[in-house]
Amino acid sequence: MADITQVLLYAAGAITLLSMLISFVRFLIGPGYLNRVVAFDSMTIMSLSGIAILSYFLGRMLYLDVALVYGLLSFLGVVAVARFGEGEL
Amino acid sequence: MELLALIGAIIAVIGSLFLFLASLGLVRMPDVYSRMQAGTKATTLGTMMVVLGLVFVVPADWTKLLLLGVFVMLTNPISSHALSRSAHYQGVDPLDIEVKGRELHGADQLREWKNDQGIAEPVRDGGAQ
Repeated sequence: MADITQVLLYAAGAITLLSMLISFVRFLIGPGYLNRVVAFDSMTIMSLSGIAILSYFLGRMLYLDVALVYGLLSFLGVVAVARFGEGEL
Repeated sequence: MELLALIGAIIAVIGSLFLFLASLGLVRMPDVYSRMQAGTKATTLGTMMVVLGLVFVVPADWTKLLLLGVFVMLTNPISSHALSRSAHYQGVDPLDIEVKGRELHGADQLREWKNDQGIAEPVRDGGAQ
């Protein structure tokens, strides 16, 4: 049963990486910067769960702090770009 | 205990499938607002499910994992709202319907308020589409 758990978690990490790659397509082709910011936001949120799964496989739960700070920086960046697009920054 | 870990792994796989659906919606949706809707709600739910599954797999570190889930739940709708507000006030049209000659709802009130407060007009470079 432990083997099935490992395989399922590997599958979850693989699907997360695949979805990050598909979102990167929108980051490349998206017209204008708003589409790119949306794709960037989704990629960072997906990478949060990717870092969480990776911290389980590496056995170091300290990486969850990295994920938390990464999410905070992503949130600040997206809000800053949105305010800049509104012309108030 | 192993059964609990298996249940957590199944929840994590379901969450990663939600992330996959979000990426498909990002590629295939027609305009900015629907892409934003697909890429924010589905990723919020998917990340929360992955984190909840990892809580079942690694019960010793439940505090940090649940903190990560609550953090995503709080900040992701806020950033999505700020982005959609920015797109609306820049005049991005939903679904490419031709509404160029018409004022967007709420934009003139914001302009009047900015004039009253003495805030300069935003520069519209037309970079958003």
